[in-house]
Amino acid sequence: MKERRWRRRVINVVMLSLTGACALVSVSVLVLILGYLFWHGGRYLNWAFLTQLPKPVGEPGGGMANAIVGSGRLLLVASLTGVPVGFMGGVYLSEFGGRTVPFLVRYAADLLNGVPSIIMGIFAYTVVVIPMHHFSALAGGLALGAMLIPIVVRSTEEFLRAVPQPLREGALALGASQWKTVATVVVPTAFQGIATGILLSLARVAGETAPLLFTSFNNRFWSSGWDQPVASLPVMIYTYAISPYDDWHRQAWAAGLILLLLVLVANVGARLILSRRAAVRG
Amino acid sequence: MGSLPLTPERILAPAPRGRVRVFWKRLRSGDEVAHLITGVFAAAIFLIAAWVVAELWRGSALPRHQFGWHFLFSRTWDPVSGAFGALPFIYGTVVTSALALLVAVPLGVGAAIFLSELAPAGLSQALTFLIELLAAVPSVIFGLLGIFILVPLLRSYGEPFLKSTLGFLPLFQGPAYGVGFLAAGLLLAIMIIPFIISISRQVLLAVPREQREAALALGATLWESTWKVVVPYARKGILGSVFLGLARALGETMAVTMVIGNDPKISASLLAPGYSIAAVIANEFAEATGDLYLQSLIELGLVLFVLTIIINALARVLVLTTAGRGTEHP
Repeated sequence: MKERRWRRRVINVVMLSLTGACALVSVSVLVLILGYLFWHGGRYLNWAFLTQLPKPVGEPGGGMANAIVGSGRLLLVASLTGVPVGFMGGVYLSEFGGRTVPFLVRYAADLLNGVPSIIMGIFAYTVVVIPMHHFSALAGGLALGAMLIPIVVRSTEEFLRAVPQPLREGALALGASQWKTVATVVVPTAFQGIATGILLSLARVAGETAPLLFTSFNNRFWSSGWDQPVASLPVMIYTYAISPYDDWHRQAWAAGLILLLLVLVANVGARLILSRRAAVRG
Repeated sequence: MGSLPLTPERILAPAPRGRVRVFWKRLRSGDEVAHLITGVFAAAIFLIAAWVVAELWRGSALPRHQFGWHFLFSRTWDPVSGAFGALPFIYGTVVTSALALLVAVPLGVGAAIFLSELAPAGLSQALTFLIELLAAVPSVIFGLLGIFILVPLLRSYGEPFLKSTLGFLPLFQGPAYGVGFLAAGLLLAIMIIPFIISISRQVLLAVPREQREAALALGATLWESTWKVVVPYARKGILGSVFLGLARALGETMAVTMVIGNDPKISASLLAPGYSIAAVIANEFAEATGDLYLQSLIELGLVLFVLTIIINALARVLVLTTAGRGTEHP
């Protein structure tokens, strides 16, 4: 009897410490990854990297200014196409939807959300690149835009639903029509949350590489137009990392650090805003 | 018409002639227009999803007719002679994902149990915050770390060690290249752990407090209450988180492409280089010459799409039935 109790206690302690070890391992992986990237990438990051074009193969130095601007341009196209569709879709689902249509739309959004990003690349390739006959910033931006849609729909719908019902009823009781209620009361109330959701979704697609490989392709110079191939940070990291040159490897680390910083700042910022909102609402 | 709360029109409107009048009133006040415009955008989402499926189907017509189901079971991938089979890629995708689950599920579920049952609330929240940041790290950065840290480590220490201890198994034979199924599987494991932890923790936290209290009151130790009461209660949701991790592992492209070795062979050894569906599309799509080659790659995309859709659907069903919160709001 005593021995049994003793055994149960030992098992208890051993297993619980094992779960603690699991948590420790998982978190330390994160800290190691971030630490290594900051340490390694930070050493190679300099002003030239941010302001210069890539140098020809064999010449050391140079930078990725074109890729940084290129990523910005791709995100611009993505947000111009993806955000309106996602936002309006979210408003419909939360405020105007009936029964069948919202079910289908939500299902479709889930489906799009689960599609591997490389497949969005194939989609943009067959829909934009083939008709235009060459790789373009437009195709890459549209691929990212299609990936934005499901994320924006979901977050918009959720934040709109969180707006208290009495606010809507108050506006309606004052004689406002439904769309006026939505446009002047419901959406402004949820605006901060919706904007944060959009920021998070942009941070997510900013790091996507797979859909860009054969849509926006790559470019070692400034891209001359929206219908031309354009460099982007993630594709640059990939190309430089698998190259055989040490100098390119160093630049890949520096680019990785910049990309990670962008993504982390957006994520931490968004989470802080959201948690403050939650705290205010109590 | 909307299922929205009682609008004044709805309360006051007499049926049935009133319906038409309400419609006119809503039209004049702009409600129907707003309804229509937002509805068009919502419909666009549905259409885009359908369009993606249609493009994958249409784009792969040639190999579907030429190879039929044989495409899935053939091991030859020879663009020069025009023979395309998906088996080596399906094999690589399945093996690396399975390996990732093997490593990530015990670690992730263990960590989730620690975070939900043991850790004080403050610590739990701080650690969860960190872990969720890990989920936001772009996959190309994992690939970068994989190439320059994981692969050299495996080549010089991990794989020689496995060969000397477990080398009698066919799983751990052959030269230690560093790149291969093992490297890809481990990297995927690191990438899906955050998903498993974050969702499992949520599901575990949703288990009613009374369940724990009852078990403890009957004299169970904390571990017994957790393992025999709380975890079984949440098992479907945990399984759902595993499926979500699996779906992500299947579709993961960049990290795998950078460390799997890119060799379309089926090898029993985990140390051997291989290939995955997503990796071959990423590598060869831009250079594919000829319609049959390109369309075979698109058909590979179709295969991957179907796989992930099934896994995602299973995951969703499992998570929803446990968490008890539907996507449908009342």
